[in-house]
Amino acid sequence: MSLPEYLLRLGDNALILSQRLAEWCGHGPVLEEDIALTNVALDLLGQARLWLGYAGELTGRDEDQLAFLRDAGEFRNVLLVEQPNRDFAHTMARQFFFDVWHGLLLEKLSASKDERIGGIAAKALKEVAYHKHRATDWILRLGDGTGESHARMQQAADDLWMYTGELFEMDALEGEMHQAGVGCDLAALHEPWLNEVSRIFREATLEVPKQSWMQRGGKRGIHSEHLGYILAEMQFLQRAYPGAKW
Amino acid sequence: MVKVRPEAAQLWSWLEEVADPEIPAISVVDLGIVRDIRWNDDELVVTVTPTYSGCPATEVIARDIREALLARGVEKVRLETKLSPPWTTDWISERGRRRLQESGIAPPASGLIQIENVACPRCGSHAVEMISRFGSTPCKSIYKCRACLEPFDVFKRH
Ligand SMILES: [Zn+2]
Repeated sequence: MSLPEYLLRLGDNALILSQRLAEWCGHGPVLEEDIALTNVALDLLGQARLWLGYAGELTGRDEDQLAFLRDAGEFRNVLLVEQPNRDFAHTMARQFFFDVWHGLLLEKLSASKDERIGGIAAKALKEVAYHKHRATDWILRLGDGTGESHARMQQAADDLWMYTGELFEMDALEGEMHQAGVGCDLAALHEPWLNEVSRIFREATLEVPKQSWMQRGGKRGIHSEHLGYILAEMQFLQRAYPGAKW
Repeated sequence: MVKVRPEAAQLWSWLEEVADPEIPAISVVDLGIVRDIRWNDDELVVTVTPTYSGCPATEVIARDIREALLARGVEKVRLETKLSPPWTTDWISERGRRRLQESGIAPPASGLIQIENVACPRCGSHAVEMISRFGSTPCKSIYKCRACLEPFDVFKRH
């Protein structure tokens, strides 16, 4: 069955990015940002639970088993979301690239022939609108800010650019889901995504990176070394104390 | 023993006493998250929709609703979650909006995040600025009033 695999892609993107953002908890540059980062993390965690909960019903493994008991090779998130937080510019560039894409994707999925997917997407879309607004604010503020903030934001965009190609990659599974009216044509999202990113970058006095070589693999379970460290922290408790509950 | 099935109006009035755990000034009914109540044989089915996907209050709300109904003699209660159509702040009742205002939280504005629609809940001034889109709970933003200088929460339009 390919639907559970498709749901893992959706759920794992939200779960891993949520975990990354949660690392900022207690470390935000100011209190408001600390709160905002963890609010976004919380929205994404809620979305991950909805996707993984659905996947779990189809596979017999519940959302907790899927989150805490799979190893790195079984995760289906894109490489972008597992990239380290590094500085605030990297965190916000990663968020901005993801949010613009996420919004476009969820808009398409809210019309999915699978009603459950449509319902989750419509719900998540409203939350992502806020995420995107905030990420956009930061791209503008840091890009069109001081010499240092500009340089750091440009560097972050350049560093992360090679992970954006995977967002639009159509493979057999995406094609099958698109054909069935369940998923969508990711390749068709590239143009509106690039237009939006370019528009905001222009306003932020940033250069859209020119690099064309793209790193891929996350959607098939081939991850960077970073994912293992994320899982070590996220899964520790369930691995050390199997079945532990709040 | 005769099984008593309270009338719908009675059930709704009981639910109106269940407060939102994060914003106790407003009830779960006024918040617009109780979508339906119906009897399935001798079991009362309450359909609830979450405000935000990750709202940590969701599970507390389900428990509070169940306990409130059991405490008033309903014997079997089942909670159902319904995502679609997604919750919107347009479902907050007039009374709910008034209670938010009275407790110092500006009710949701019309139009997505339009600062000109926000008024200070203390002095009513529209001279306000947003400090952060995200506040102490998923449903609130933080603003500051330039007239009375007080910071305040705004219920996000959603
Ligand atoms: Zn004021």
